[in-house]
Amino acid sequence: MSKRIDFQVDPENYRHWRVDYEGDVAKLYMDVDEKGGLFDGYELKLNSYDLGVDIELSDIVQRMRFEHPEVKAIVLQSGKERVFCAGANIRMLGGAAHSHKVNFCKFTNETRNTFEAAGQESGQHYICAVRGACAGGGYELALACDHIILADDGSSNVALPEVPLLAVLPGTGGLTRVTDKRKVRRDRADVFCSIEEGVKGKRAAEWNLVDEVVANSRFDETIAERAKEFAARSTRAAASEGVKLTPLKRTFNDNGVTYSTIEVDIEREKGLVTITIKGPDGDAPASIDAIAAEGADAWILRAARELDDAILHLRLNELELGTWVIRSQGDPAAVLAHEKVVTDNADHWLANEILLYWKRVLKRLDVTSRSLVALVEPGSCFAGVLAEVLFAVDRSYMAEGDFEGDNRHVAAITLSDNNFGRFPMANDLTRLQTRFLGEPGKVDEAKGRIGETLEAYDANELGLVTYCFDDIDWEDEVRIFLEERTSFSPDAMTGMEANLRFPGPETMETRIFGRLTAWQNWIFQRPNAVGENGALQRYGTGVRGDYDMRRV
Amino acid sequence: MLDLINVAYDTQIPNNVGLSSDKRVLKALEKWHPGYINWWNDLGPDGFQESLVYLRTAVSVDPKGWAKFDYVKMPEYRWGILLAPQAEGRTIPCGEHVGQPAWQEVPGEYRNMLKRLIVIQGDTEPASVEQQRHLGKTAPSLYDMRNLFQVNVEEGRHLWAMVYLLQKYFGADGREEADDLLRRTSGSEEAPRMLGAFNEATPDWLSFFMFTYFTDRDGKMQLESLAQSGFDPLSRTCRFMLTEEAHHMFVGETGVGRVIQATCEAMKEAGIDDPYDIEKVRALGVIDLPTIQKKLNLHYSLSLDLFGSEVSTNAANAFNAGIKGRYQEAKIDDDHQLHSDTYPVIQLKDGKIVWEDVPALSAINMRLRDDYVRDASGGVKRWNATIEKTGVQFEMKMPHQGFYRHIGVFADANVDPDGAIISKEEWDAKKDEWLPTKADGDFIQSLMKPVWEPGKFASWIAPPRVGIDNKPGDFEYVKLHMA
Ligand SMILES: [Fe+2]
Ligand SMILES: [Fe+2]
Repeated sequence: MSKRIDFQVDPENYRHWRVDYEGDVAKLYMDVDEKGGLFDGYELKLNSYDLGVDIELSDIVQRMRFEHPEVKAIVLQSGKERVFCAGANIRMLGGAAHSHKVNFCKFTNETRNTFEAAGQESGQHYICAVRGACAGGGYELALACDHIILADDGSSNVALPEVPLLAVLPGTGGLTRVTDKRKVRRDRADVFCSIEEGVKGKRAAEWNLVDEVVANSRFDETIAERAKEFAARSTRAAASEGVKLTPLKRTFNDNGVTYSTIEVDIEREKGLVTITIKGPDGDAPASIDAIAAEGADAWILRAARELDDAILHLRLNELELGTWVIRSQGDPAAVLAHEKVVTDNADHWLANEILLYWKRVLKRLDVTSRSLVALVEPGSCFAGVLAEVLFAVDRSYMAEGDFEGDNRHVAAITLSDNNFGRFPMANDLTRLQTRFLGEPGKVDEAKGRIGETLEAYDANELGLVTYCFDDIDWEDEVRIFLEERTSFSPDAMTGMEANLRFPGPETMETRIFGRLTAWQNWIFQRPNAVGENGALQRYGTGVRGDYDMRRV
Repeated sequence: MLDLINVAYDTQIPNNVGLSSDKRVLKALEKWHPGYINWWNDLGPDGFQESLVYLRTAVSVDPKGWAKFDYVKMPEYRWGILLAPQAEGRTIPCGEHVGQPAWQEVPGEYRNMLKRLIVIQGDTEPASVEQQRHLGKTAPSLYDMRNLFQVNVEEGRHLWAMVYLLQKYFGADGREEADDLLRRTSGSEEAPRMLGAFNEATPDWLSFFMFTYFTDRDGKMQLESLAQSGFDPLSRTCRFMLTEEAHHMFVGETGVGRVIQATCEAMKEAGIDDPYDIEKVRALGVIDLPTIQKKLNLHYSLSLDLFGSEVSTNAANAFNAGIKGRYQEAKIDDDHQLHSDTYPVIQLKDGKIVWEDVPALSAINMRLRDDYVRDASGGVKRWNATIEKTGVQFEMKMPHQGFYRHIGVFADANVDPDGAIISKEEWDAKKDEWLPTKADGDFIQSLMKPVWEPGKFASWIAPPRVGIDNKPGDFEYVKLHMA
């Protein structure tokens, strides 16, 4: 897989999706181009998808929020006759490296979460209208919607055939949403997940696998009615014009990527990458309208988009860079000023979307299977939303006091209100609450220090960083730590970090990223699925998987 | 002792499966029966339910004398459940279980796959009855009307056969599927039949003959491969259905043949040599040969679509599981497992038609389609012999398998009847030369006038050489009862 997977797509050139905008309702059609696979060796038949299809979907969902703020209900439908979606392409999965499968599932999970949250968070409700076969990942797409309508035509159905057909799990939230979101009785869920042909008609509604089944003749009418109802129910703030998400300005080279606010520096032989976030230049926009006028150029939106793209690029394309060092440079006061315009206008649709976007980018960081390290150095700007990065990483190192010959400002951290509720993690706690699970008093203590310039001594006292080192020790300590970190087994690191990052309560989201994903990734390693004679490898040959019948 | 050859009439449902002692299935079937009769009355032949039709009814599965002819009102037809006799020591003919004793009960691991195959097959049976329900009114003779109804009641019986399997072997799910077979309807917006060709209208009798020749023949090939199933009850069911299916092929082949014959004879009599002098030929009250060729093109290509994708996972799974074999599996000289065999499959590569060897297991559909093409070419040869005998210069041809296809490798390509890949523009410009136009349909429709006097035939179709059940030419095959 030498070709670079690009997460930026031009909406003029979607190959697999079509969107019709009709006032406050958008119609989203999945119409996958069979020949449009991201890689060779498979055809995307029956509206099956690969990462490329999902990248477009993710782009649509994102643009829906920013470029089409007038939209309040989105109807997800198939653009093909007699099939809704057959799920992730099996030949693609069969041929893909383990790492690609895992990254693919993670990204699709993130996209499902994004449009699932859109209804509640920002009043864009996704309604799924299923006609034809809706299987596996197809049903998982539906499950993430706020409402599922199924045509009662004697053949349209919903199914999770992964277990009987492929010996893997419906791992893009399927199992979890069936029980946690739709609250299907566990024995019925057991039946449903074991039958290849799924469930159709009345029973699908009876078991709550869908919200309603409607006669074919009433299908379009019902869709239109529901779309209207959801649009009417939407809490979305009024908006006239959207903000165009213009193409990112970035240059790739052998040693990294340069964005306008992010610098990615690769040290390949060390297995390291440094991501430097640059704070805003110049004064903060005077008002939210000024931000709207700046559009995608506004620092606070631009930085989120660029960081998001950098994360995805490194995750998918740079597998051997196992440790990410995150730095920042800039004026903390400027970061806070830019952030404040948005926070003060949080009920404005655009401000809301920008804050929600940061929430998603930070969550993307949370579930990134790389060792994440932050360096708080002189001249850095870990303030407000950027300070949140410090609580997402596995370890943070802070420079203490003046550094010889360095005239930048002394390393400091500044908290804002946003660190105390604006950006919850998947476990529904803030990162600080999660950090101080055993000492809740520390959260209040930190809260009392909002707006203060917290240098190393204070930051350390407050427990906001892992270690502080002065000019004398800094370089060596950081180097030794990174050398040690990059020498560990990447598997053990991934497992350890994923476990340590999410203490506290479980939510549907943590269960999807934790329990379901971990089981799926285990199965993805097992010969019963991926061995030469496993079900996934043999899919399509007509020969069944050969299973080692010992339970583990 | 159970008599498994002769049909038992001791239940409402004639059968040779000992239904009277199988209370559970009997109850299920009896519950299903009224819905079936309603379906037949609502969607079966329109306007002839009270007429007495000279039909054959299966009374035995003995190949020497399995049917009895008599007048019967169609709704009172004794649709029965008939399985070919069980072959002693039959083994699974193909796939990973080859050589093991055939299954008498559904193997749990293949339950869903089997059920799906039976449901798809079952869905086609009533579909054609629905598609043909208006044809009685324009029958070109009582002989043809009777043949139509014979085909219809037997398709009804085939539905019974599939429903029996669903109810006997697939529990509550099977009963639900059996109900859904009556719920889906050909061409319905609400709940269409499962396969495309079975939702197309059969607007006229030439379409009917083409349908029975080409589309029923797909049914025959499917039944042939299901007759090779390792699930013995399915195999036995399909084996018996095939004996009835032969008549459907016969109706199609002789039907088209007689239309051709009428055309050629009329041309000769009128001294027309040029088969393309369409207006003159049509003026004779017969269907010109080029239009017949267009109808052939259409029905042949729609039927090829029924075989599904050339390379198919489902077909491979079914073969390997041993629940669906190849055409005449037992006569094929190989290991019947196909683990390392290949089969040439037609492909479209960079705008060229090429043949590529692919694993034989995944090419099961392609192979069955090849067998179909061979099987279907026989009748076409005989039609051409008919033409030749009259001295008319014309030859019927089966178009290239890429022509006018909607499923498989040619779905997105424009291919002419000779197999040349052409541009969309060329296709649009020429397609009316290859496929029936609205005007062609209107012309055929104009000929569709009923001829119901015993022994008389419409101008556009020749009488058959021999009658059904060796009846004389003026035999009253249908005693009409018009309300
Ligand atoms: Fe049939
Ligand atoms: Fe038939």
